[in-house]
Amino acid sequence: MLSFQEQLPIVLNSLNTGFLKTLYLFLVTLAGAIPLGLIISFGSMSRFKPLAVLTRTVVWIVRGTPLMIQLLIVFYFPGLVLHNPIWGGDESGRFLAAAVAFIINYACYFSEIFRGGIQGVPYGQQEAGQVLGLSKRQIFFKITLLQMIKRIVPPMSNEIITLVKDTSLARIIALQEIIWAGQSFMKGSHGISGQIWPLFFTGIYYLVFSGILTVLFGKLEKKLDYFKT
Amino acid sequence: MALLDAKNIYKSFGKTEVLKGIDLSLQKGETLALIGSSGSGKTTLLRCLNFLETPDKGTITVNGETLFDASVQKKMSDEEIRQKRQHFGLVFQNFNLFPQYSVLKNVTLAPTLLKKGTAEEIHDKAVSLLESVGLKDKMNAYPCELSGGQQQRVAIARALAMSPDILCFDEPTSALDPELTGEVLKVIKQLAEENMTMIIVTHEMEFARAVSDRVIFMDGGVIVEEGTPEEVFANTKNERTKQFLQNYRQNEY
Ligand SMILES: Nc1ncnc2c1ncn2[C@@H]1O[C@H](COP(=O)(O)OP(=O)(O)O)[C@@H](O)[C@H]1O
Ligand SMILES: [Mg+2]
Repeated sequence: MLSFQEQLPIVLNSLNTGFLKTLYLFLVTLAGAIPLGLIISFGSMSRFKPLAVLTRTVVWIVRGTPLMIQLLIVFYFPGLVLHNPIWGGDESGRFLAAAVAFIINYACYFSEIFRGGIQGVPYGQQEAGQVLGLSKRQIFFKITLLQMIKRIVPPMSNEIITLVKDTSLARIIALQEIIWAGQSFMKGSHGISGQIWPLFFTGIYYLVFSGILTVLFGKLEKKLDYFKT
Repeated sequence: MALLDAKNIYKSFGKTEVLKGIDLSLQKGETLALIGSSGSGKTTLLRCLNFLETPDKGTITVNGETLFDASVQKKMSDEEIRQKRQHFGLVFQNFNLFPQYSVLKNVTLAPTLLKKGTAEEIHDKAVSLLESVGLKDKMNAYPCELSGGQQQRVAIARALAMSPDILCFDEPTSALDPELTGEVLKVIKQLAEENMTMIIVTHEMEFARAVSDRVIFMDGGVIVEEGTPEEVFANTKNERTKQFLQNYRQNEY
């Protein structure tokens, strides 16, 4: 059996690879969910009632059910129910399925935050801009946007830090992210087996990553602290 | 010729008729006080003049130019409305300063975005306006650092920076603690002395009487009485005006 000193580099190497997958899923989710969330928030605020009701219902369903189930449905539904396995069975297919599920789920959460931020800016701000003769564009970019950002930064930072940890749910469809990598040393991998410490060790990665994000968001909040809405 | 002529203004919200045929004209340099109980349509009238609401009927003319005519079917473009509303300025009850900008930037923002002069001209004008409302030393402060009275004075400077022909005030001191109303009223009084053309909606009857050239009493969406401050406050013959003023005097004690 390998000594701990011999195991460590092997394990770290494997965890790093898993973490890159985790990080990739995290970034792809953000890149997809932020714009989609904006679109959904506009839909939920639409003056066209059927659209508003429809989007709010979808948001309610997505937020009211576990992300784990959504992952399983997105991954298995096309193949097992529709007999059209669009994802394929390989790692890239699993990643795509996971990304789709995460983007939809997080877009719904983000949309509620965006809606709160947009509706939270007092209407008087817009009217003050209007009576000064500013255009809608100028009012949005020069007056309301920063006030919205100030309102959404704290809830977004919570949600994004939750996303860091939620990426581990992709383990359920065998995506080779960091939990999967850590767990592989229990069954046996790279000549190491029956070891549980690598799995526990993955917690450090999450801690460091969410710690960095907490500091960054804290700085951003502080930067916006100079005014009060 | 009158500077402002608003004729036969009607406005409803759904089934609620709020303005029922308002005729209002204003000479250049005149200060008009608009009084009336809450719900009588004063805010709605100011909002119509500032194109925040569209009247259902009537015309609005400034300097002989018809800005609005409800009988013309064509819908105005945003661009057109923006041009036209620049004849008016509006000071809100709750100030509505832009919280993320300094006092100075609040005043220079609109003239800068709308290219009302060079950066230097706009800056100098803003500074002198802030000086005239007594807030030059606060020009780098943010709105959240100011008292309500100071915020309202900034809002007045901000409106003046766009050089409106007519400045409208919608209960400019209603959101203020009593000890802060004086400083705002003083600024408005000073503007009246400089012959700024103004329409002031207010519940400060003493102030209205002292500062205005003419008073209009509105009730239920119509103008009930119109006259000099003396005629309205001291010698009104109208029962509704009497009743309204009496209620006010009672409430003051
Ligand atoms: N946007 C609106 N929608 C519906 N009703 C309104 C709206 N704005 C004002 N009103 C109604 O119009 C009436 C007059 O309001 P307002 O012009 O604010 O009066 P005042 O300023 O004299 O108190 C009130 O009964 C008010 O409820
Ligand atoms: Mg009002």
